[in-house]
Amino acid sequence: MLERLIRMLIKEFIQVLRNPRMRAVLFVMPVAQVIIIGYAVNTDVRHVPMAVYDLDRTPATRDLVARFEGSGCFDVVRHIGSEPEIQEILDSGEAKAVLRLNRGFAEALSGGGTAQAQFLLDGSDSNTASVALTYAAQISGDFNRALLGQRFARTAGVRVDAEPVTVVSRAWFNANLDSRHYFVPGVLAMIVAVLTIILSSMSIVREREVGTMEQIMVTPIGRLEFILGKTIPFAMIGFVDVAIIALISVFWFQVPLRGFPPYLFLGTALYLLSTLGIGLFISTVSSTQQQAMMTAFFFMLPAFMLSGFVYPIANMPKIVQILTLLNPIRYYLVIIRSVFLKDLSLGVLWPQMLGLLLLGGTMLLLAASRFRKTMS
Amino acid sequence: METLRTQALTRRFGDLVALDQLTLAVEEGEIFGLVGPDGAGKTTTMRLLTGILEPSSGEAWVDGLHTVRETEAIKDRIGYMSQRFGLYPDLTVQENIDFYADLYEVPKAGRGERMERLLAFSNLTPFRRRQAGNLSGGMKQKLGLACALIHTPRVLFLDEPTNGVDPVSRRDFWRILYQLQQERVTIFVSTAYLDEAERCNRIGLLHQGRLMACDTVDGVKGLLRGALLELRCEAPRPAARLLREAAIGSVALFGDRLHVLVEDEARGRQAVEAALRAGGIALRELRTIEPSLEDVFTSALPGGSA
Repeated sequence: MLERLIRMLIKEFIQVLRNPRMRAVLFVMPVAQVIIIGYAVNTDVRHVPMAVYDLDRTPATRDLVARFEGSGCFDVVRHIGSEPEIQEILDSGEAKAVLRLNRGFAEALSGGGTAQAQFLLDGSDSNTASVALTYAAQISGDFNRALLGQRFARTAGVRVDAEPVTVVSRAWFNANLDSRHYFVPGVLAMIVAVLTIILSSMSIVREREVGTMEQIMVTPIGRLEFILGKTIPFAMIGFVDVAIIALISVFWFQVPLRGFPPYLFLGTALYLLSTLGIGLFISTVSSTQQQAMMTAFFFMLPAFMLSGFVYPIANMPKIVQILTLLNPIRYYLVIIRSVFLKDLSLGVLWPQMLGLLLLGGTMLLLAASRFRKTMS
Repeated sequence: METLRTQALTRRFGDLVALDQLTLAVEEGEIFGLVGPDGAGKTTTMRLLTGILEPSSGEAWVDGLHTVRETEAIKDRIGYMSQRFGLYPDLTVQENIDFYADLYEVPKAGRGERMERLLAFSNLTPFRRRQAGNLSGGMKQKLGLACALIHTPRVLFLDEPTNGVDPVSRRDFWRILYQLQQERVTIFVSTAYLDEAERCNRIGLLHQGRLMACDTVDGVKGLLRGALLELRCEAPRPAARLLREAAIGSVALFGDRLHVLVEDEARGRQAVEAALRAGGIALRELRTIEPSLEDVFTSALPGGSA
């Protein structure tokens, strides 16, 4: 039994490692991907290009514009001089926001009245727009408070704090709200899922397609020996890739690793159980490698969308939320993000671990029961 | 002693009956040839006997073991070479043999010796480090045979083993099979080549899933009743058409010769001569010949005439 399994593993490793393309897919691509995607996947809103249409041209308006620029959220790309230019600059995308300050702005302020400012936003990218809007509201709020303080000092002759109650917020786990810290571990989950699902889904089908399966079937090899022989190599490669990507995350992207690293490996083991189970299952329902590849893609796209990688599961409709319970990526993301950012104990993580175990175990059993040592 | 026996073995794929009530027996140490055109059901038979396909009905026993109830036990006793090259093209000759030796759990003691012998007798020793995908067609087949023999099987199943192999390699291949026969290995081989069928001790003619005949090569030839006439003439094609219209017997065209199977030799000769004279075709030569397997095939099998 063990002798046959070991020989299957040797054979699989020879085949995988002898193929230069396979070596690149397994060890070079994950590294390249995590580095490129790690830089690219970032939802932080900074340096939104902004145009200013200042009709007042007073110290007060310059102060407000300076506050926008000083926030780091906005870059003033152009001062425009006419009404039609607003439309033009938003259409062309040169600016995503326009701040319009009407004539009489400073006068209204010094008279103790309310000055109007218009903030126009390109709302087609709703996420960026809403974040920019929050920043704009914050900047104008700061501006107002400074102004109020000055007025009190002037009229009452006393310095008053314009803000009797202040809320000081501090983000836990990711103090600077750096989205990279949140996304890079997610990228790890994606890359490992793509690799293990695609490769395992094609591995058994390839033996059928090439014709080597028929020759294997007439030997006394057991079903379990064959399936394990086909699975274990990809599990081992999956671990190596997780380790490589985790090291890059920590040492290149400076993602903190606050949790207990063995949990990362326990979680990864259970995650690989699921992804390989899915891959093998696809392998047993496909008759060509092409079919297997297509099926794997059809599975992966929704699995990524509904994993909480980008879009929070809590925001999804109830029925879709229930559907995500069948998605192994969902559980792994919680585990891996917590290992990197939170340092949660097993007492908190066990439902995720259990979810992966149940899903993975079911898929593997299903795949194994569908696999027959017969043709047709 | 019977090594292989089937009883009304049948396999359907949907509406298609790939194998229809096959009943035959093969003796120990015999080379049995399953002969038939493409699509006759040869590969289906092979797969049923090796336990990798389940019959729709009927039963089969290999070396005394039932192919469905005792499938796994059979696997230790049989060697099988599928029609398509079934070894790993990206593994070397040696790695492929090692792989199968481990799958069959060939005892470590004496394994090296067995491998050396197999490599030597298939002339593969100089190529042991070469990847199987880079071997020639004939060498691939010999490697396939070496892997199928690594565990010293009692019965060897070969599905069209010399398909696409050059004549010299084919002769080598058969030399190996005769050596195996000396060791009392039973060989069940399928082929679409009739010259190859003539090398078997006994053959079964398979056509559209049915066993049409099963006997020694001479026995099968003897099934051809009547006499076989061979004639040379001008314009063989029009002559064939003429003879068919005259309904003298079954007519087959072999290049510039015609074979005509007639019931009675003397009357047949007269009828052929008369028909050609009437058609104005000059007859050059007319003689009675021994039938070959091809004649049996082309005339005895329905729809098999050329």
